[in-house]
Amino acid sequence: MKIDRRGLLAVGGSLACTTLVPFKAIASETDEAIAKFTGGANIGTGGITLTTPEIAENGNTVPISVESGKASSIILLALGNPNPNVATINFGPLSGSRMTSTRIRLRKTQEVVAIAKLEDGSFTKDVKTVKVTIGGCGG
Amino acid sequence: MAKGVKPRIKVPKQASAGDMITIKTLISHKMETGLRKDSDGNKIPRSIINRFTCDFNGENVVDVGLDPAISVNPYFQFNAIVPESGEFKFTWYDDDGSVYEKAKKITVT
Repeated sequence: MKIDRRGLLAVGGSLACTTLVPFKAIASETDEAIAKFTGGANIGTGGITLTTPEIAENGNTVPISVESGKASSIILLALGNPNPNVATINFGPLSGSRMTSTRIRLRKTQEVVAIAKLEDGSFTKDVKTVKVTIGGCGG
Repeated sequence: MAKGVKPRIKVPKQASAGDMITIKTLISHKMETGLRKDSDGNKIPRSIINRFTCDFNGENVVDVGLDPAISVNPYFQFNAIVPESGEFKFTWYDDDGSVYEKAKKITVT
């Protein structure tokens, strides 16, 4: 692995965050959040597009957008955060194309997951990895 | 009520019936995660906007549940279909129980 200044900074930043936030079993919390949303149903792929920057300079505001043609609701999860939940979006009868953009906090380089519940009751997901240079500590 | 909370909304003034329009919303809010500590090592209590809704003439457009991982000054962009002239109503719910509301009119021609 090549070690450059940026990589060192990122490592330093995430270490600082780790000392601020006690480590928790994130994997189980993620599973819990997903199970709560899907009720244990199978999750397919396709039909949902999650757009994230490949590299986020500042983990405090990472612009993301998610679109899924027939979704009735979408959840966003950040697997490397102290708490994986990011947002739950429910679309009402007057919403147009089922898309939304927002800005989120990411503590370190990690995977962001979007899971959509489609109108026919099935689930689909998209996963993107975001490299974070300076973590949004405590977020 | 948290200090300095100010909602800002962009909705087109006019549209044709059945058109899809883009709405942008932003509310200035510090979105304190509850995970940070102050200089004395005390936890800063969580204070975020935990829910945001948008309705048009009483019908729901979006209803978003927010967690602490949403950035400071929560921003949302989404689309809506406007069947007739009316009013968009935007509501933000704060952890401390405050509710911030703002409305925007749109004319459908």
